[in-house]
Amino acid sequence: MTTLGTIAGVAGEGRRAHQTPGIPSNIATVARREMREAMRSRWFLLYSLAFAALGLSLSFVSAAAAGGMGLAGFGRTTAGLVNLVLLVVPLMGLTAGAGSIAGDRERGMLTYLLSQPVSRTEVLLGKYLGLAGALVACITLGLGACAAIMAWKGDATRPGSLVWLGGLSLALAMGMLSVGMLLSVLARKASVAVGTAVFLWLVLVFATDLALMAGAIAMKLRIEELFSLALLNPLQVFKMWSLHAADASLDVLGPAGLYATEEYGRWLHAIFGGCLAAWIVLPLTAAAVVFARRSPV
Amino acid sequence: MITIRNVTKRFGRTAAVNDVSLAVGDGDAVALWGTNGAGKTTLIRCVLGLLRFRGSIDVGGVDVARHGKRARALIGYVPQELGFYDDLGVAEAIGFFGRLKGLRALGVGGVLEGVGLVGAERKRIRELSGGMKQRLALAVALLGDPPVLVLDEVTASLDACGRDEFVSLLSRLAAGGRSLLFASHRVEEVTALARRVVLLERGVMTGEVPARDLVPHLGLQATLHLRIAAASRERAARLLREGGFEPENNGVGLLVSVPTTQKAAPFRILAEGRIAVDDFDLHAHGEQAHEPEARP
Repeated sequence: MTTLGTIAGVAGEGRRAHQTPGIPSNIATVARREMREAMRSRWFLLYSLAFAALGLSLSFVSAAAAGGMGLAGFGRTTAGLVNLVLLVVPLMGLTAGAGSIAGDRERGMLTYLLSQPVSRTEVLLGKYLGLAGALVACITLGLGACAAIMAWKGDATRPGSLVWLGGLSLALAMGMLSVGMLLSVLARKASVAVGTAVFLWLVLVFATDLALMAGAIAMKLRIEELFSLALLNPLQVFKMWSLHAADASLDVLGPAGLYATEEYGRWLHAIFGGCLAAWIVLPLTAAAVVFARRSPV
Repeated sequence: MITIRNVTKRFGRTAAVNDVSLAVGDGDAVALWGTNGAGKTTLIRCVLGLLRFRGSIDVGGVDVARHGKRARALIGYVPQELGFYDDLGVAEAIGFFGRLKGLRALGVGGVLEGVGLVGAERKRIRELSGGMKQRLALAVALLGDPPVLVLDEVTASLDACGRDEFVSLLSRLAAGGRSLLFASHRVEEVTALARRVVLLERGVMTGEVPARDLVPHLGLQATLHLRIAAASRERAARLLREGGFEPENNGVGLLVSVPTTQKAAPFRILAEGRIAVDDFDLHAHGEQAHEPEARP
């Protein structure tokens, strides 16, 4: 058998001639590869360790301060964890997404990958799902460790609160990952994409809060306007939904929280869910459209 | 197998490829020849459906612009340099690309044996030499036995030895009946692999010649400086003139201008005339220097 025959014969086993694999198959192949790559990378290790370490410290300190008795229902540990998630999870999602496509483009991998029988949408979705899998592992690890400590120290936080917090953290991570992917397809260089992602994180975490406060005073915003503007920030949505889901009153958020509870009541879950779903779907759709039109080179 | 009709690709105001039409038949081997910026790589990227373009390209009857994924399933592509995750193992890479090509069962050992990479299964890509990486890229390209091979300056990153080995491997594979479209700036590569050569200049197709006529068509020459003992120099010059060359005595030896594909001919003539060559220098001229093609 010739060299050609050897390769063709062995490689051609188990398939029909030049059949293109289905969309789910290609997405799964790219996703597995991306997840393995992410799990091996330093950023994943660093974020996982930082998240778990901060969460554990928080759990210990909160449990010790409460003398084993947390706040009723929504425990003080969970409250601390909400703030930890607000800081760490968006940064993880944004930077992971931002580095993906732009990094591959910069290293010349994207051209080679797209020269295979795979569509751009499959590559984008595969990368998204692979990174999402890595983020799920990271968040589950961090929150799981915290839950174990809390159970051991007899923290009064209800397990349901932690499950809600975990689910909402994942939703927030997926949303931020979508935004990161959009930045990644727009930027030519990975450094630009990641830099923009970090800047956006700063804006979402700090600047929008300050802007809302300043706007409320300077522009004399009405309560409903304030609440509507807060819904534009996925981090605010996460925070409000976390408190609402844990049966804690939104009163702690001030007049806007009071207004939301009175005005929308049981519809708040749907409103918050819709907002976070939009933050997942819209940037990812925009990324797919841009990615399909732009040169991979 | 590949039909390119009036393809134009612009980057801003610059036409990287301008109204190019050509066809590569079943089992045909066509080289794209041109200087840097001639549009070779851009045309190949259009064939792969990586760039949007005006005009049309069919691969095996499949429209690349509309059904890129299906068209690429018919193509095995080898780039100038394999760009993929460096930490990936060789067997992992074969498995990954095999799955993308819809191969369920892969005998990695057999695939690697075909390109001379036996024993490299467990190596990481970053541990491979340039030549081994190109062999791996070739193995990936051949997965699933595609009817078309597209190569883009595949030996550009290899040393002379690696280049010869790779071209030798490719010429064996090219004899397998598949269609071959490749970009190259090396005469040896083109004459070894191609049947026809498409000449590109600043994105425009300026002609097409049989591969064997490329050297005379381009007038590619090399100058041999043969150091021959003074006593034999006159007779050597006479023998070379009889052999069709025009040697020039520079007082130290003979300067002989030869086509780049016949560099050994003067040595053969002198050996038959029992004239010893003490030393020699070779200066090639007329051949395009290689630099990476301008990228968008």
